[in-house]
Amino acid sequence: MGPSFELSPEQTEIRATCREFATEVVAPRAAEWDRSSEFPLQVVLQMGQLGLFGLPFPESVGGAGAGFLSYLLALEEIARADASLAITLEAGVSLGIAPIFRYGTEEQRHRYLPELCSGRRLWAFGLTEPEAGSDAGATRTRARPEGEEFVVDGTKCFITNSGTAITAGVTITARTGSGEGRGGISALLVESGTEGFRVAPAYRKLGWHASDTHELSFSSCRVPRANLLGREGGGLGQFLDALEAGRVAIAALSVGVAQACLDASLEQAQRRRQFGRPLSRFQAIQLKLADMATRIELSRLMVWRAGALVDQGRRAGRYASMAKLQASETATWCANQALQIHGGSGFMEDLPVARYYRDVKVNEIGEGTSEVQRLIIASHLLGLGGSVSKLLDEGGG
Amino acid sequence: MKVAVLVKQIPDPSGAGRLDGSHRLVREGVEVVLDPGDAYGVEAALRVAEASSGEVVAISMGPERALEAIRKALSMGAGSGLLVTDPRLLGSDALATARVLARAVERSGAELLIGCTESTDGYTGTVPAAIAELLGWPALTFAKQLEVEGGRVRIQRQTASGHDLVEAEAPAVVTVTGGINEPRYPTLKGIMAARSKPVEQLGLDDLGIDPASVGEAGAGQLVSSVEPVPERSSGELIEADGAAARRLADYLAELKLV
Ligand SMILES: Cc1cc2nc3c(=O)[nH]c(=O)nc-3n(C[C@H](O)[C@H](O)[C@H](O)COP(=O)(O)OP(=O)(O)OC[C@H]3O[C@@H](n4cnc5c(N)ncnc54)[C@H](O)[C@@H]3O)c2cc1C
Repeated sequence: MGPSFELSPEQTEIRATCREFATEVVAPRAAEWDRSSEFPLQVVLQMGQLGLFGLPFPESVGGAGAGFLSYLLALEEIARADASLAITLEAGVSLGIAPIFRYGTEEQRHRYLPELCSGRRLWAFGLTEPEAGSDAGATRTRARPEGEEFVVDGTKCFITNSGTAITAGVTITARTGSGEGRGGISALLVESGTEGFRVAPAYRKLGWHASDTHELSFSSCRVPRANLLGREGGGLGQFLDALEAGRVAIAALSVGVAQACLDASLEQAQRRRQFGRPLSRFQAIQLKLADMATRIELSRLMVWRAGALVDQGRRAGRYASMAKLQASETATWCANQALQIHGGSGFMEDLPVARYYRDVKVNEIGEGTSEVQRLIIASHLLGLGGSVSKLLDEGGG
Repeated sequence: MKVAVLVKQIPDPSGAGRLDGSHRLVREGVEVVLDPGDAYGVEAALRVAEASSGEVVAISMGPERALEAIRKALSMGAGSGLLVTDPRLLGSDALATARVLARAVERSGAELLIGCTESTDGYTGTVPAAIAELLGWPALTFAKQLEVEGGRVRIQRQTASGHDLVEAEAPAVVTVTGGINEPRYPTLKGIMAARSKPVEQLGLDDLGIDPASVGEAGAGQLVSSVEPVPERSSGELIEADGAAARRLADYLAELKLV
């Protein structure tokens, strides 16, 4: 079947419901959460009741079985009202639930997924470390096997959803082998409250104020061997795979913020009058609006394209990276245009545009920076299968 | 108890409605939604059904795409749907609509029918009462609260100054106001599940309705002309002269808003 660009009736309905929820419940209070840097627990629980966290997962694990594209539509709608809540959802689903769903044993799935899919609890994902960011293979956290346990020591930074009142735990990557190579990295499920697992106070951030971000430290933290997620030594490879779909989700979130920027700009351009006419009558402003709308539409199509591949059970590969690159840079660009169209009032925190501007930049950083996306795309083009390490090794050697 | 609820698909009321040459609302080529008023009816029906481990059937008359309105009710939690659709129904007036819906209600086996007070497009506000009359059921209208207990239906009927208590035996027809409840969002699981719930589609012949009694042919009502609503007067301007706050408060108190 060729491209159709038509949503199914269920997808249309899911999008409409999310839009209604975002407009009625989220948007009116987003500024307040932003100002107070409050994690809006009640609304996150409401999102759970609506079924957002289980949206792409099958009913057998407590999901709605609505597929990945539906989840992308939901993310766009929530992000249009509040990027912080959208990243809470994205990290909960793509980083928290998806790896357990994908690599968990029957027992692990049974233990965690129903609670997580219902949105009553959140699960975090800790890959990044102070010395291992883009270069995730440089992981230093160690998990030393000792009898039926691993003893974990190390630090993870910038971890989303890791310290909320409903956080149930975190999946971390750690070296279980003795070597320094990428092969010795495994993934472990660490439950909140485990002795030796400490959650630092929340970071102060430029944006995403209502999203929960902490540094995590592990010191002689004992984790049962049964908490190994996936293959021992398979940790990094697995997670780079899992991140692929996550990139498409960040792209969808970016489209939502970009759309919010366009919505606000359209309204402002028609309302605000200078030189005896609305701003929308000046060609300089019209061109900005047209460019924003065009770039947003392009980004959205790329999101849908990559999302359709995920739904078909195929690798989204370069299309995931291209979508993320395009959508996140578009969103930053749109926020910049939106602020300009708003003039001085756009710089004031009374209107949401200032928040969009602060919230948007991080989309070019989280889950792989724009530079890293370009490296991945180049690696695909050069026949290296999207591996950044191979690309850098080749380049150096 | 099996509860039937009327749902109607209407042009999105947030858009600008247009009329055609015969003063009928243009329904083709425009965004359509479940009548926002009907969401209160669906919620009320779901609550009655949930309290009595019963089931809700959503009933509509309209073109095939009115199925979407029924699906919305299904995704909120209704168990099944019934759509009466027939090209010969085009141009039906309120009474003909009531004739058709009354048959559909009979067929559904429901013992309680809930509708909203008036639709958000036509606003005749007569269909539910006409159905009640045709079925010979009592009509309890303008409910701002509804309780059903052991076959007794009890409502608080909204009045200008408060409410009346009205009671009747089921089967009965109840119309609800927007103040009766806060309609739930369909859950996303509910949206997926709605797909596999049964919706029966019936034509005039299935219901044994004489085509001459409905549609253009059976219309006893003719809209001869349409006038725009008179512009509202610009209201009262209160100058900020020091006593403005008091005058504003007095004004609101007079309207019983504070
Ligand atoms: C708000 C927030 C939430 C986050 N949540 C999580 C989370 O839940 N879980 C998690 O594991 N991580 C999380 N992260 C971490 C995020 O994934 C990393 O910040 C990101 O991968 C970049 O790593 P870094 O910050 O160490 O930057 P660095 O890797 O130090 O990069 C610095 C700059 O150098 C560039 N650069 C690096 N290598 C190359 C290269 N080879 N070629 C060209 N340029 C290069 C980068 O693109 C970037 O511009 C979060 C980050 C933020 C800001």
